[in-house]
Amino acid sequence: MAANLANTIGVWMAVFFTLAILSFLYKDNPFYKLAEYVYVGLSAGYWLIYVMFFDVKPMIVDKFLQEQGFERYIIIFPAFLGALMLCRMIPRIAYVSRVAIAFTMGISAGLGVTGAIHGMILPQVKATMLPLNDINNVIMLVGVISTVVYFYFSREHKGAFGVAAKVGIIFVMISFGAAFGYTVMARISLLIGRAYFLFHDWLGII
Amino acid sequence: MSAPAARKTWLERLNHIDRRLIFVIVFVVVSIPMLLKLTSPVKVSHEVQIAYDFIQSIPAGGVVMFSVDYDPTSAPELQPMILAILHHCFSRNLRVILTGQLAVGMPLGIEALESTAAQFGKKYGVDYVNIGYRPGNQAVIVAMGRRLRDMFATDYRGTPLDQLPMMKNIRNYDQIAGVVDLAHGGTPELWIQFGQARYGVKLIVCTTAVGAPDYYNYLQAKQIVGLLGGMRGAAEYETLVKAPGLGLLAMPAQSWVHLAIIGLILLGNLTFFLNRRAKNAENA
Amino acid sequence: MKQRIPIAISFITGIIIIVAFYFPNGPLGDIEQRTLVWFAVVAGISMVVGVESLLRVNLMKVARRRPGWGFSLILLASCILTLVTATIGQIKYGSPFHVDSPFMYVFSYMVVPLQATMFAVLAFFIASAAYRAFRARNLAATLLLLSAVLVMLGRVPIGETIWKGFPQISDWIMNVPQIGAKRGIMIGAYLGAAATSIRIILGIERSYIS
Repeated sequence: MAANLANTIGVWMAVFFTLAILSFLYKDNPFYKLAEYVYVGLSAGYWLIYVMFFDVKPMIVDKFLQEQGFERYIIIFPAFLGALMLCRMIPRIAYVSRVAIAFTMGISAGLGVTGAIHGMILPQVKATMLPLNDINNVIMLVGVISTVVYFYFSREHKGAFGVAAKVGIIFVMISFGAAFGYTVMARISLLIGRAYFLFHDWLGII
Repeated sequence: MSAPAARKTWLERLNHIDRRLIFVIVFVVVSIPMLLKLTSPVKVSHEVQIAYDFIQSIPAGGVVMFSVDYDPTSAPELQPMILAILHHCFSRNLRVILTGQLAVGMPLGIEALESTAAQFGKKYGVDYVNIGYRPGNQAVIVAMGRRLRDMFATDYRGTPLDQLPMMKNIRNYDQIAGVVDLAHGGTPELWIQFGQARYGVKLIVCTTAVGAPDYYNYLQAKQIVGLLGGMRGAAEYETLVKAPGLGLLAMPAQSWVHLAIIGLILLGNLTFFLNRRAKNAENA
Repeated sequence: MKQRIPIAISFITGIIIIVAFYFPNGPLGDIEQRTLVWFAVVAGISMVVGVESLLRVNLMKVARRRPGWGFSLILLASCILTLVTATIGQIKYGSPFHVDSPFMYVFSYMVVPLQATMFAVLAFFIASAAYRAFRARNLAATLLLLSAVLVMLGRVPIGETIWKGFPQISDWIMNVPQIGAKRGIMIGAYLGAAATSIRIILGIERSYIS
């Protein structure tokens, strides 16, 4: 009974927020603004909870309480780096956060190098090296090379290079058109999701 | 004289059409097929079929990891996918690990997992486990490949993984048959770079329709074993597992809105060419 | 010193990660694993910085009764609501993320409709943009338009009802020319990303410590 009432109240709250956001389509208004601020506030709170329950608690507090010896005290190091990161909030000592930022940047960059070369460029280049006895393989190869040429701006697009770049733009436009076609489906899907909520969860007519 | 004047009036009207009229058209065209409960079967594409075949090929008891990397902004597209694939996994007695690379989406994954598990009478810790989220994206994916417990010593409630029967023998990706990445951003590229390329993870990418075109080249390069793109992808998977959901329900509305938008594009271009002709006539 | 130490840290951590990729087992692999776990800890905590800035700005607005302070108060109250519901969830269910927790209730009935509707509004704008901006002005724009229309017709069931060829054309676009262009763009982007990463490790790119 209480659960049903809670669900009913929840659905009505969701309806209010849905309609408040949709009201922006007519024009900006206080209901929309209210919904916007509620959303930002909730999101901020959620991020704090995520950091607490998926990071600080399991990765620092619980580990410190459960581990023994070296493994226990080494946890102080990332906690210290985290504390340095938080120094960004205090302008006078914000510069010390550079140490923590540099640590994360170094790791991201290290992973970035191996990930890009080993995980992306090499397998993708290899997958382009197909036997040219199929017209589709030829078209794909021409597409890859001409697109790379089109986005290479260190050399003027003239002569054979310019022709390749012009072919490249054909492929790029076809690709962007396809992306637009897919985007239409994506955006409509989101509207269908809300319409389904209104018709099914709220009004119960479908 | 009156005919060109009338034509100009129509052209002016088309030039200054109130965008709110377009909004109303879109809402009506979305609503009517849904209210009339129209149905339209979908043909299953190659990329969805191979994703299904991959899950189908995993022997009973095998482990599938779900990475929830989307949030409510794309839930209408991705929630039907996770429901359909979970349905498939549980119906085949596969075991499921839930994790995520995008914190905001975790509750959506939890809701889908709990509701589907309840439907199939599955037990937490035995048939499925929720290990939660960790910040760090690529670092998390790499570290899980070496030792899962270094990143996730406990499940989302703080229970040590070794106390959960299902997790006892799971050390890294070697004991996981495949990863289903449900994402609305670039996370699948991280899974490809750091999970597939580095550890040979078998990856099914489920993404929004906006993101789907970005992953066909990985499918062709065999870096992923299946691709579900947008609501259409969800509808196809629902067809395969015979569990109709929002994906299939939405297809008629999608059809009609697509036609309406193509109509708007054509009308917009007609207006454009009529304007250009009128301008040329004026200049002449 | 304020610059040299961070640059040295980036260099050392970056090199460890790269070398450990080639020698993943043994001590170097263990060091890499440890740094990855630490990275996760620090990456999470860094999110607090953004949230703190947002809350501080709104708190000041309320304290000084600046125009719109009422909305800022609502923002702060919403933030507190999530913290309270999460605490209740933790005490009563062992985690805020338990399916019956009030934190999940707030998520389902407040966060989901707000966030989902904000993006659903884009459906209306894309339709409006299709009418106003999608014009066949020249060859490139015409190609874009044709490709979009063919893919749209190929992706929905009604397209196949109109003509069986639409899905086939759509599939061909997606699997041949589209892959060519996307792969070209992707290779260029990742070459750029790899180069930037190397510049960071070598200390040439320093904007992150400025």
